Amino acid sequence: MEDRINIPVGDWIENAVDWILDNLEPALDGIAWFLGLLTHSFEGALLAIPAWLLVLALVALSWWRVSWRFGLFAIVALGLILGMNLWEPTIKTLSLVLAATAVALAIGIPLGIAMARSNWVEAALRPVLDLMQTMPPFVYLIPAAIFFGLGTVPGAIATVVFCMPPVVRLTNLGIRQVNREQIEAGLAFGCNRRQLLTKIQLPLAMPSIMAGINQTIMLALSMVVIASMIGAGGLGNTVLTGIQRLDVGLGFEGGLGVVILAILLDRITQSVGQRRRAAA
Amino acid sequence: MEPIIRVRELYKVFGPNPQEGLRMIGDGLDKDTIFARTGNTVGVKDCNLDIVEGEIFVVMGLSGSGKSTLVRLLNRLIEPTAGTVEVRGRDVTRMSQRELIRLRSEDLAMVFQSFALMPHRSVLDNAGLGLEIAGIGRARRRERALEALDQVGLKAHARSYPDELSGGMQQRVGLARALATDPAIMLMDEAFSALDPLIRTEMQDRLLELQREQRRTVVFISHDLDEAIRIGDRIAIMQGGEVVQVGTPKEIIVSPANEYVRSFFHGVDITQVFQACDIMDSENIPLLAADITVGEARGRIARGAGNEAVVVDADGHFLSVVQAKRLGELTVDRPASEVAVEVEPVTEDTALAELPGRAARMPVSIPVVDAEGRFRGLVTLPRLVEALDRSRAAATGQGGL
Repeated sequence: MEDRINIPVGDWIENAVDWILDNLEPALDGIAWFLGLLTHSFEGALLAIPAWLLVLALVALSWWRVSWRFGLFAIVALGLILGMNLWEPTIKTLSLVLAATAVALAIGIPLGIAMARSNWVEAALRPVLDLMQTMPPFVYLIPAAIFFGLGTVPGAIATVVFCMPPVVRLTNLGIRQVNREQIEAGLAFGCNRRQLLTKIQLPLAMPSIMAGINQTIMLALSMVVIASMIGAGGLGNTVLTGIQRLDVGLGFEGGLGVVILAILLDRITQSVGQRRRAAA
Repeated sequence: MEPIIRVRELYKVFGPNPQEGLRMIGDGLDKDTIFARTGNTVGVKDCNLDIVEGEIFVVMGLSGSGKSTLVRLLNRLIEPTAGTVEVRGRDVTRMSQRELIRLRSEDLAMVFQSFALMPHRSVLDNAGLGLEIAGIGRARRRERALEALDQVGLKAHARSYPDELSGGMQQRVGLARALATDPAIMLMDEAFSALDPLIRTEMQDRLLELQREQRRTVVFISHDLDEAIRIGDRIAIMQGGEVVQVGTPKEIIVSPANEYVRSFFHGVDITQVFQACDIMDSENIPLLAADITVGEARGRIARGAGNEAVVVDADGHFLSVVQAKRLGELTVDRPASEVAVEVEPVTEDTALAELPGRAARMPVSIPVVDAEGRFRGLVTLPRLVEALDRSRAAATGQGGL
């Protein structure tokens, strides 16, 4: 058993990480600066609005976009968050989710389009997406912490990596599933490649893309809790503190805050995917 | 006349190695052998067509006969493997992408079997799609889309969405979308096949009506001979990727090129295709002036082919029919017109299907006149029965006319 084969995958990864640290410092700093700016802008903006006004806005949105029942739920749920004194961590978490999602969409949707246009790109990206989705999310925390230290930014970066795959996959799928005759109709009336994408493929793929965006937001939310382990703050921090102190009550409160945020984000983003007109 | 679409030696081979497939066609191998040996599928083989401006040209065939491929080769939605397609003298197969896009948006519109409307656009915006792609401004686009919707009778539904309309209405939007760009040529791929029979007939009538208002060249793909006969000026029949026969509906029914062509007649009512002028006798029918005497009339009928004569006025307008046996009732010096039978003539384009009913109510042969009422010929009872018998035989697949 002495001379069994040992493939040092772990060593390779460490070497790669070291190389990146030595050589790509400016790029890493740039990414950190940008994500930090984005997250703090969201956070600053949302915290600048008085809590009651934001609650009112969210309730109105729920009422209008989903249903009056959901509006009532929003009142109770947001009231609960305020009552548990979790408003600030909730806003922090929400900011992180919004920033990570924005970056994930800005990268993910073009990637999905590229995948739909080229079988080659699809074949190349598929294993990468598989890896991103199935790797235990805690694993992202290690390189994120090494590259960017502790705090909000590495949390946001780990979140971007973790939450991007669904929107890439569903953008690709949505475009590929557009009916052949509808593509032909576009071409037969003289579409060029850009027009085909903007006038035919993207609008027809929109329900699928919206489902992808919804999934991405949900994944981002689940990741920001984990990311609190490297100091991302927010509701995850509340949960983490609960765990560390074996304080069941505090842990549950933090968890409840996450659930409420998840339900609100899920229903509201889903409603955007539905067609913006009354049924016949 | 110079054809508006000229197709020469056009081939399409699908599969891993089209050129090899093409070579094997050249070596005289058939479709199945080529597929078995190379995995290449012959879509269209050596197609030559001249489509004349303003006609409705129907391409007919069973599924898999290559008709849908052929129509897509015309606007190059499918790249041809070999051969040329000329539209107004310009070779589509050699066009650059830019020229092709221009041709598609200006001259060639297309209507699809599944309608291919955009569910996220209103009816008006669907009808205006082609104009929008061509970069025409919003106001002008709406105006023209609305005009096109008016032409298909859907102006009132401009604000609806496709999923709120019935199938027939959706396809009228598809038709309006094509009309809105005011194309010289409309490619219609099984455009009415997804509609139920009543709506299909209604759509065919609407198409013919639109053609009466403004003649366009229509290339219409169909698998239904009834439809082809109803709307087609000429029909091309495809079998296994080849065009096996091109002709008017009548030519195809009178002399089908092979058993495959004949098989389409099964169950089709071809008495709608044939008209009074196709079965009438026009030779050797004595024409009598209104004041002719019985004696003279007898002489003329005796020299004629049948036992009837026709009384016409000085300009050849039909007046009445005289039968030889009735002339015997009168003395030779009386005017023949006294025993003439005044009957309602039929026009030349009266369908064969209508004639038996007329014959039953008529004591004489059926007189046929042109649009101005001038006498053209007679449909005798034996000729009528013979024609009906033959068309029945054709419809049950027992031989052509």
